[in-house]
Amino acid sequence: MVLEKSVLGPEDIEVRLLVDRVYQLYGYDFRNYAAASLKRRIRNFLRMEGLASIAELQRCVLQDRACVERLLLGLTVNTTAMFRDPSFYVAFREQVVPILRTYPFIRIWHAGCSTGQEVYSMAILLQETGIYHRCRIYATDTNEQVLQTARNGIYPQSQMQEYTQLYLKAGGSRSFSEYYTASHGSAILRPALRQHVVFGLHNLVTDGSFNEFNVILCRNVLIYFNQTLQNQVHKLFYSSLCKFGILGLGKQETLRFTAYEHQYEPLVRIEKLYRRRD
Amino acid sequence: MAFELVVVGTSLGGLSALRNMLRSLPRDFPTAIAIVQHRHKDSDIALTAFLQQFTSLPVGEVEDKTQILPGHVYMAPANYHLLVEPGIFSLSTDEPVSYARPSIDVLLESAADAYGERLIGVLLTGANQDGVQGLAAVKARGGATIVQSPETAECPVLPQAAIASVSVDQVLPLSAITAHLIHLCSPAGR
Ligand SMILES: C[S@@+](CC[C@H](N)C(=O)[O-])C[C@H]1O[C@@H](n2cnc3c(N)ncnc32)[C@H](O)[C@@H]1O
Repeated sequence: MVLEKSVLGPEDIEVRLLVDRVYQLYGYDFRNYAAASLKRRIRNFLRMEGLASIAELQRCVLQDRACVERLLLGLTVNTTAMFRDPSFYVAFREQVVPILRTYPFIRIWHAGCSTGQEVYSMAILLQETGIYHRCRIYATDTNEQVLQTARNGIYPQSQMQEYTQLYLKAGGSRSFSEYYTASHGSAILRPALRQHVVFGLHNLVTDGSFNEFNVILCRNVLIYFNQTLQNQVHKLFYSSLCKFGILGLGKQETLRFTAYEHQYEPLVRIEKLYRRRD
Repeated sequence: MAFELVVVGTSLGGLSALRNMLRSLPRDFPTAIAIVQHRHKDSDIALTAFLQQFTSLPVGEVEDKTQILPGHVYMAPANYHLLVEPGIFSLSTDEPVSYARPSIDVLLESAADAYGERLIGVLLTGANQDGVQGLAAVKARGGATIVQSPETAECPVLPQAAIASVSVDQVLPLSAITAHLIHLCSPAGR
């Protein structure tokens, strides 16, 4: 089946004009985000804002900086959880940590860390395996608002039951309640967990490499990008990983459909843990 | 213009409906099929393996940016929305739609956008409304629409809701749905 590029409908053209404009005016680059989910996000945003059309949103973007900030939040998906996909953490503990033990100093980059749950999960795992003191975690996202939540490390108490379950499935060896104190409906994570974490703004589309890492984790971020942009970001990851460095992707992501498939070998195939070949 | 994609949505009772549907599709069925079956977010790959037993068409769980190939059956993975772009699938962890992720509406609406009149939308047995809006989008973009007849569905809520709000092209019992798909997707079908 040869797929002729389907013809752009009027809505697709409006979406394109909008993201072009946002890029021109503010430098936020959504031009190569995956089209179908971007369109859905824009439709949802129109509904939330009570706007009748993308054209109307265009006008708001021109005049109203606050609306732009809301739009940026509205266009990205920030879903996350502690120990999301527990089997990933089991594999990390069993297959990656032994490799990391051989290094005197370990740099880890969480790209697209959202509100930080994944970062604290990793800090707990590293602590329980006794190598956290040798690690530095760089946790980045393009969105200042979610980063602020990440820095605070305070989450709704109501989520702790689920996180506890996931922690246990992920091979956690203690009582999860040791890692937080409950207060007025919130769970405040132990500040010691972020002792070796640096949170910072970084946009995967427009910012470059800023260090060399032993591990890069980028889970459930690239699914929002089209293949052109995925390849661009994989180039960034490849050049930011040291030799034999480790790359971890989300559960349903793969290097298979990218230009970097052959630069890595699978370390734990089903958990999407890869190792840079040289 | 030939049909290039069939999108199927189902929830309660879907497993046996899908089994029966796949079982009677010929091994040379020429069109890609994408399926959302509501499932618990922790359920694993077993659904795909289960369905593979009943068909010689390759059944697989979608990974991000999987290419859409004729004669393949694609399952939405647990806890991700499945979206269609021209020629490929994308995934998203956007919030659940009417409590469901994957959501039938998300699959059908994005497929309608990408494939227009080259799309067939099918709703089978189901316990809630997820899928109705999606089927309306398929219809509005000129695609073909098929709904399982409520009296033959294990759970008639979804078929009834769809029939009530979309002027569906065909309302058929399960066995006839397969036959109709084979007819529509054959070279002379349209
Ligand atoms: C679904 S969350 C993933 C969170 C976490 N990694 C996980 O898997 O649980 C996606 C995150 O990617 C971030 N993101 C989207 N576009 C980005 C970009 N261009 N650069 C950096 N982060 C981006 C969003 O702000 C959001 O926090």
